Amino acid sequence: MATKSYAGVNVEVNDEGYLTDPSQWTPVIAKELAKEENIELTDKHFEVLNFIREEHAKGNVLTIRKVGKSGVVDIKGFYDLFPGGPLKKASKIGGIPKPSSCV
Amino acid sequence: MKKILILGGGTGGTIMANRLRKALERDEWEITVVDQFKTHYYQPGFLFIPFGIYNKYDVIKPKADFFPAGVKVLYEKTDKIEPDQNRVLLDGGQVLPYDYLIIATGTQTQPGETPGLKGPLWYKEIFDFYTIEGAVALSRFLKTWEGGHLVMNIAEMPYKCPVAPLEFVFLADAFFHETGIRNKVKISYVTPLPGAFTKPQATKMLSGLLEEKNIKVVPEFYLESVDNEKKVIKSYDGQEIPFDLLTIVPVNMGNKAIERSGMGDDLNFVPTDKHTLRSEKYENIFVLGDASNIPTSKAGSVVHFASEVLFDNLMATIEDRPMLAKFDGHANCYIETGFGKGSIIDFNYDTEPLPGTFPLPGIGPFGLLQNTKLNHYGKVLFRWIYWHILLKGKEMPIESEMSMAGKKL
Ligand SMILES: Cc1cc2nc3c(=O)[nH]c(=O)nc-3n(C[C@H](O)[C@H](O)[C@H](O)COP(=O)(O)OP(=O)(O)OC[C@H]3O[C@@H](n4cnc5c(N)ncnc54)[C@H](O)[C@@H]3O)c2cc1C
Repeated sequence: MATKSYAGVNVEVNDEGYLTDPSQWTPVIAKELAKEENIELTDKHFEVLNFIREEHAKGNVLTIRKVGKSGVVDIKGFYDLFPGGPLKKASKIGGIPKPSSCV
Repeated sequence: MKKILILGGGTGGTIMANRLRKALERDEWEITVVDQFKTHYYQPGFLFIPFGIYNKYDVIKPKADFFPAGVKVLYEKTDKIEPDQNRVLLDGGQVLPYDYLIIATGTQTQPGETPGLKGPLWYKEIFDFYTIEGAVALSRFLKTWEGGHLVMNIAEMPYKCPVAPLEFVFLADAFFHETGIRNKVKISYVTPLPGAFTKPQATKMLSGLLEEKNIKVVPEFYLESVDNEKKVIKSYDGQEIPFDLLTIVPVNMGNKAIERSGMGDDLNFVPTDKHTLRSEKYENIFVLGDASNIPTSKAGSVVHFASEVLFDNLMATIEDRPMLAKFDGHANCYIETGFGKGSIIDFNYDTEPLPGTFPLPGIGPFGLLQNTKLNHYGKVLFRWIYWHILLKGKEMPIESEMSMAGKKL
C-alpha cells in the first residue's frame, strides 16, 4: 500500500498501482492513470469507465464479455480502446480492483 | 398443504431437501425436487478420470439414494419459472405452484458459445473435463497420445471450481512423467486473467509450482474462436496459440430455464443477495450454489456453507421472523498438485487465501497454501465426505462462517 499523487490529489494505491478506494477516483485522476498506460482518454473511454465503475459498485463481477454486451462498446472496440489487457487496464484507469480469481 | 419447490437435485438441491424435510412437519409442508437426470455425478471426481485415477463408476450414484423419504421427486426438465405467478412449468406440461422456491440448477458448460470449439476436432483432439462425456473421452485419448503441445485454456470467467484447470495441468505433468513422455509434452496454461494466480498470498506461496513443473503460463488471452484446420486458438486481439491437444473449460452459464424465465444476468446467473441468499427481486425465492451470481467461488464447499445460511433464512421467512443469517462467501478448496501432494485454500468475500493451518489453529492437520501429502489425502477423503455427510445435509466439523484462527497475515 502506498500513497500516490495524481493531478495534485493524494490517493491510496496497492503494490500494482490500483486504487484501493474506488471513491477516491475522479476523471482527472483517470487521465493521469491512463497516461501511465500510454492511453489518451476520449469520451468513449469514459463511457466504458463509467459502465465498469457502476457494475463494480453494484457488486457485479466484470468480464470482457459483459462489457461487450453493455451496449457501450463491443469486444473488438474494447480492445481498441484499451489495447493489451482491456479489462485489466480499464479497471486500473477506472479506479476499481484488478480482475482476479480466488487464488 | 404449503409447498416448497426445489429446482435442481444436484449438490445444493439434495442438501436442502434433506435439511428441510427434517425441519418441517410432513402434514403441513410438501417438498418437491425437480431434476432432469436420475444420476448424481460427483463432479470433483471428473478431474481424475482423464488420468485413469477414477473411472466413470467412481463418480456416479443414483440421485434417489440421497433424497429422504417424504420428498416428492420429479425427474423432468424445467421449462421455466413464472415468478409473478408463483409457479413452475415443466417440459411435460405439468404446472407446479409453490409458496417458496429454491433455485439450485447449477451452471453448465456451453461450448457452442465459442465459434469452432465444437468443430471436427471436438472429442478427437479437443476435450473438456467438466462433463462425464468429456472426461471419459479424454481418458481414452490420453492412453495412446504420444506427446505434443497440451494447451489448457479457460474460455471465460466465472467458471465452477476455479482451481480445477490448475489441478489438471499439475496432474497432467505427473501423468506424463509416469508414462515416460514428459519430455515430449509441452504444457501451456492459457487464461483470460492477468495470471494463473491473482491473489498476493497465493501467488507468493504457489506460483513457484508452475515453474518447477515447467508449465508455461499465457495470461490475458481472451478466447474468440478455435480454428480446427490450423489447430490454433485465437484471441480477440489476434494472438494465436497452436495446439496438439486442447483441454478447455468452455463458457459456463446458468441453466437455459433461467434465461427462458427472464430471471438471469448476461450469463444466466440469478441476481442474488450475497448475504441473505434470497433472490434480489422475489421475496419467496432463494438461490443456492452455482446458479446464483454471488461473488465467491462456484464450488461444492461453498454450496455446503451457503446451505446453512439459506436454511436459517428460509425458516425465518416461513416463521415471519427477520432474516438474520449472513453468508460471508466462505469457500474451502483442495488443490491437487500431483505426485501425491496437494494444497488447500480457505477464504471468503473479504479475505484472500492466507497461509496457516486448518481446521485446527496451529495443529492442522492441513496446511493452508502449503504443498503436502496430507492435503492430498484431504481431497481423497472428500469424496467419501461428499456422499456420506455433505449431500445428506449432516453437520460437518467446519463452521459455515470462515475463521481467522490458524491463519497468518
Ligand atoms: C471438474 C470439476 C471439479 C470440481 N472440483 C471441486 C472440488 O474439488 N471442490 C468443490 O467444492 N467443488 C468442486 N467442483 C464444483 C462442484 O461440483 C459444484 O460447484 C457443485 O456441484 C454445485 O452444486 P449446485 O447444486 O449448485 O449445482 P449442481 O450440483 O451442478 O446441480 C444442478 C442440478 O440441476 C439440474 N438442472 C439444471 N437445469 C435443470 C432443468 N432445466 N430442469 C431440471 N433439472 C435441471 C441438473 O441436472 C443438476 O442435477 C468441481 C466441479 C467440476 C466440474
